[in-house]
Amino acid sequence: MFELLQSNWSTFLTGFGHTILSSIIALAASLALGTIFALLEVSENKPLRIIASVYIEIFRNIPLLVVTMVFYLVVPMYVVKIDGFTAGTIGLSLYTSAFIAETIRAGINSVGDGQMEGARSNGMTYVQAMRYVILPQAFKAALPPLGNQFINLIKNSSVLSFVAGFDLMYQADTVAFSTYQVIPTYIITGIFYLILTMPLSYYMKHLEKTMKQ
Amino acid sequence: MNFAGAYSLINMRYLFQGFLVTLGVSAVSIVLSFIIGLILGIIRYSRIKWVSGIVGFIIDVIRNLPLLLILFFTYFGLPAIGIRVGSVSASITALVVFESAMISEIVRAGIESIDYGQMEGARSNGMTYVQAMYHIIVPQAVHNMIPALLSQFVSLVKDTSLATIILLPELLYRAQIIYSQNSTYMIPMYLIIAVMYFIICFALSKLASYLSKRYAS
Repeated sequence: MFELLQSNWSTFLTGFGHTILSSIIALAASLALGTIFALLEVSENKPLRIIASVYIEIFRNIPLLVVTMVFYLVVPMYVVKIDGFTAGTIGLSLYTSAFIAETIRAGINSVGDGQMEGARSNGMTYVQAMRYVILPQAFKAALPPLGNQFINLIKNSSVLSFVAGFDLMYQADTVAFSTYQVIPTYIITGIFYLILTMPLSYYMKHLEKTMKQ
Repeated sequence: MNFAGAYSLINMRYLFQGFLVTLGVSAVSIVLSFIIGLILGIIRYSRIKWVSGIVGFIIDVIRNLPLLLILFFTYFGLPAIGIRVGSVSASITALVVFESAMISEIVRAGIESIDYGQMEGARSNGMTYVQAMYHIIVPQAVHNMIPALLSQFVSLVKDTSLATIILLPELLYRAQIIYSQNSTYMIPMYLIIAVMYFIICFALSKLASYLSKRYAS
């Protein structure tokens, strides 16, 4: 197994890099999108609320792979040429943003109504109150579930392998089918994924416990 | 885009069989992973030295791996050590391994949410540990767990689409077969399978949020 890792070191490392890069881009994009849709969902404007919940329900209830395939196959055919990595990362961002929107909305709802009323009666506008009073508390409350979403995001980034996204899973298949050492290859790949997800997962559990007290 | 051609009777029948495969594989996996997840969750909660520690570590490892990797492992890895698997058995095995690890965490959290006084009360009334678990703790815990379980089942249904890569003839796989014959069928196919997945998952999601509201009050 060690020899396999040694002789395919650069292949694994390329995949590891693509997985990390895609996860970080998708995290940033889905945090931004998720926050926007969460704010729309709690806004007082009914059409905006409807738009937000339609978006969230659509992406929460369709498999990530279907979303990704649409961006990989359909979008280049009719709109703009994009490569597998980009298509996969876009799919990942949109899919995850729906879950993050729900998480942040729950965070906003967990902040008491009195906070908004207090901020408004101190002369803040709605936007100011959201920006300086509600959202910081909402994010803090939502931190453990957001962390779990990030872990899911890293794991889900393996769909990039369906669209030639050069991620860890894609490279693992390359190694597995060129060396025929299937089990050792997938064990090494698993360890690479665990390096990313395991510490995060334990940290989130720790955070949940300390926040309960 | 050729909707009329894409939605011909023969294509629809072919796709509907895929819908049934998706439903069937999901249903079998849900039942099996619920049973195994329940047992694992109780073992993990029990804090029997070593056993719950080792089981807990294995569960954590599985939960933190991509399902796709587990799917490849069962489909390509098991034959390498002499276990023959088809795409249906490999898909169900991978889904059950992954989802029962996820469900065991939900179960453990559910049991922990029950006040320890319940166990003490049951035990001091002469019940054994197993009796107390079976009659007192688990029924209350399952009650609390239902919303989380349902949303886990939603993601299980969505995850069956990954099995298309190991040639499980489910919805996405069959849609790909249909549009590979005629590329103008591509958009109609993705549209209709998206709708089909949406119908199953949305119904389950709505049930989950309805139940969580009912139990919250």
